Amino acid sequence: MAQVTLRKVVKNYDETPAVRGIDLDIADKEFVVLVGPSGCGKSTTLRMIAGLEEITAGDILIGDQVVNDVPPKDRDIAMVFQNYALYPHMTVYENMSFGLRLKKMPKADIDVRVQSAARILDITELLQRKPKQLSGGQRQRVAMGRAIVRDPKVFLFDEPLSNLDAKLRVQMRTEIKKVHQKVRTTTVYVTHDQVEAMTLADRVVVMNGGNIEQVGAPNDLYHAPATKFVASFIGSPAMNMIPCRLEQAAGALRVRLTDEITFPVPASRTARYQPHLSKSRLLFGLRPEHITEVPRHLEPEQHPFEVTLDVTEPMGQETLVYFTVNGTEICASVNPTAGAQSDARMALAADLSNMHLIDDETGMVL
Amino acid sequence: MTDAAANAAGPSRTIQYGSMSRDRKWALRWSYFFLVLFAIFFLMPPIYMLITSLKTSAEISAATNPWWVFSPTLDNYVALLTQNQFLVFFRNSIVVSVCVVAVSMVISVFAAFALARMRFWGSATLATGVFLTYLIPDTLLFIPLFKMFAFVRDTFGIELMNHWWTMIIVYPTLTVPFCTWIMIGYFASIPKELDEAALIDGATWMQTLFRIFIPVALPGIIAATIFAFTVSWAQFLYPLAFTTSTDQLLLPVGIITTLIKGDVFNWGQIMTGALLGAAPPLIIYAFLMDYYIAGLTAGATKG
Repeated sequence: MAQVTLRKVVKNYDETPAVRGIDLDIADKEFVVLVGPSGCGKSTTLRMIAGLEEITAGDILIGDQVVNDVPPKDRDIAMVFQNYALYPHMTVYENMSFGLRLKKMPKADIDVRVQSAARILDITELLQRKPKQLSGGQRQRVAMGRAIVRDPKVFLFDEPLSNLDAKLRVQMRTEIKKVHQKVRTTTVYVTHDQVEAMTLADRVVVMNGGNIEQVGAPNDLYHAPATKFVASFIGSPAMNMIPCRLEQAAGALRVRLTDEITFPVPASRTARYQPHLSKSRLLFGLRPEHITEVPRHLEPEQHPFEVTLDVTEPMGQETLVYFTVNGTEICASVNPTAGAQSDARMALAADLSNMHLIDDETGMVL
Repeated sequence: MTDAAANAAGPSRTIQYGSMSRDRKWALRWSYFFLVLFAIFFLMPPIYMLITSLKTSAEISAATNPWWVFSPTLDNYVALLTQNQFLVFFRNSIVVSVCVVAVSMVISVFAAFALARMRFWGSATLATGVFLTYLIPDTLLFIPLFKMFAFVRDTFGIELMNHWWTMIIVYPTLTVPFCTWIMIGYFASIPKELDEAALIDGATWMQTLFRIFIPVALPGIIAATIFAFTVSWAQFLYPLAFTTSTDQLLLPVGIITTLIKGDVFNWGQIMTGALLGAAPPLIIYAFLMDYYIAGLTAGATKG
C-alpha cells in the first residue's frame, strides 16, 4: 500500500511562503496531477514529497510512515525530471540500473528488471546508447525507465513533457497513461498544462498561490469548478466571464448582462442563487462550447441572443467566434457550416443549464 | 508560407547572403593575417632555440647568419643527456609536477564539489575567498613562506629549506585556488537535477562525486590538470628562492644556474636544455587537448 498523505504542509523560502498549509490524500495506485500557473507551489509540493526540499511545517506520509526527515533514497520513490537528468556518461542500460547497482542488487536481477522495463517502454534496442544519441522522446522514455526499474512505492513526475514539441507531447502523454495502467504505481504528476492534467489524471489538484483551489476528477473540475480561478484555468479556450446582475422578475430570477441581453436562470438554480440577489459584483460564466449557433429546435435551457461578431477563427471541427458584451470579449464555438462572418450580425444560443454564477469578491462559484 | 511571400523573400535573401559572404571573406582575411603574424611572433623563440641547439659553440659565437646552421651537430644533446646533473633536474621536476598535479586535483575537486553543491553556511564567501588567494602574487608569498619554514624547523625539527620535494608542498598554494575555481565553474554547470536524480537513486555525496560529477566534468578536470602541470613545471621563483644545492634544483633553475658559469653563457646547452624542458608540457597538451576539446564540444549535460 502506498498512499501519500499531506497534512497541513507548509514551505517557506526564507520568509516567502511557497506552500501555505495544504492537505491532500492520494490513494494507492492513484494518478494525481498537480496543476497550476508557475509559482503556485506545485513543484515545491512534489519536491517535498521527494525529499528534495525540507518541510517548514506539517507532515508528509508515504504509506503509513511519516517521512519528514527521511532522506530521498529511503522514501522508496522515483522521480522523472523536466530535463530528464540522465547521466550523460552512462549508457541507457547503466542509467536505468544505476540505482539498483548502488543497492548492490545481483546483476542477474538487475538485468531482468531493466529488460522488462525496456520492453514496457519499447526501448530495448536503445539500451547500449548514450543519452546524447537519443531524441527528446527517447530520453523521456529512458527517464521513465529509470523510475520503473526501481519498482518504487510512488512515481513523481516534474513537468516531464515540457521540453518536448507539441506532437511528441501528445504521444508521450498517452505513453505515460499506458505505463501507469501497466504498472499501477501511485503517481504524482506536476504540470502547468491543464490539458495534460485533464487527460492524465484520476484526480486533478488545482493549485494557486501556494494553496489548493480544488481537488476533483477532471470532469468534475470542468463542469463544476469551485472557484473563479479553477473555472478560468481549466478548459481551453477559457470560460467566458461577464459582469452581470441578478434580477427578480415575476417570481423568476434573471441574469442581466447588458440592457439588451438578459437570460432566465434555470429553475433548478433559482433556490441556489436567490440569496445572492443583492450582490453587486457577480460574474456570469459560460464556456465557449455552450454558446452556439441557434439550432433548429431550441432546448428548454437554450436562449437565443444576437451580437455583432468581431473575429472568426475556423478551427476545422468548430469555428470560434469572438464578440464583445459589456466591454468583455466573449468566445463562442459554432458549427463551421453556420456561416459565421467577421463584422456581421449573428444569432447565438446560450445553453444556460451549463451556466455558472461567480462572486467576484470572494472568487467562489456560487 | 505562401508563394508570394516566398518570392518576395527570395531575392532579398540572396543579396543579404552575398553581403554576408563578402563580410565573411574580409573577416577571414584579417583573421589569417593576424593569426600568421602571431604564429610567426610566438614561434620565433622556439625555432631560434632549436637552431642554436644544433650549433657548436664556435658557430654560435661566429658572425654568420644566426638563422642558418652550417655544420649541424647533436653534441649539445649528447652532452646534456649524458650529464647526470641534468637528468637529476629533469627527474626532480617530473616528480614535483606529477605530485603537485595529484595533490592539487584531489584538493580542488573535493573543495569545488563542496563549494558548488553542498549548501552550507558561508560556502559562497569561502568560494570567493578561494579565488582571492589566487590574486596574491607569488612574489609576495615567498617571504612569509620562509618564515613558516623556519617555524616548522624550530617547532618540529623538519628542515624544509633546500629540498626539491618541498616544492610539492609549496606549489599547491598557486595551483589549488585556480583549479578549485575552474572546477567550481564546471560543477556549477552540471544541472542540479543530475545530483537530485542520483540522490533519489540512493547515491551518497561521495558516490555522486565519483560516479556522476567527476566523469561528467572530465573536460574541466583535464583543463585544471593542464593548468596545474604547466604552472608547476614552469615555476621559477620558488625553487630559486628555496633550493641551493645542485642536486636539489628543478629543471628551469638548474639550467640557468649550472649552464651559466660566471659570465660564461653556454648558449648551445642552455637552448638544448630549454627545448628539452619544453617537451613534457608539449606532449601533455598534444595528448590531452584532443580529449579536452572533444569533451567541451560534446556538451553532454544539456538534456
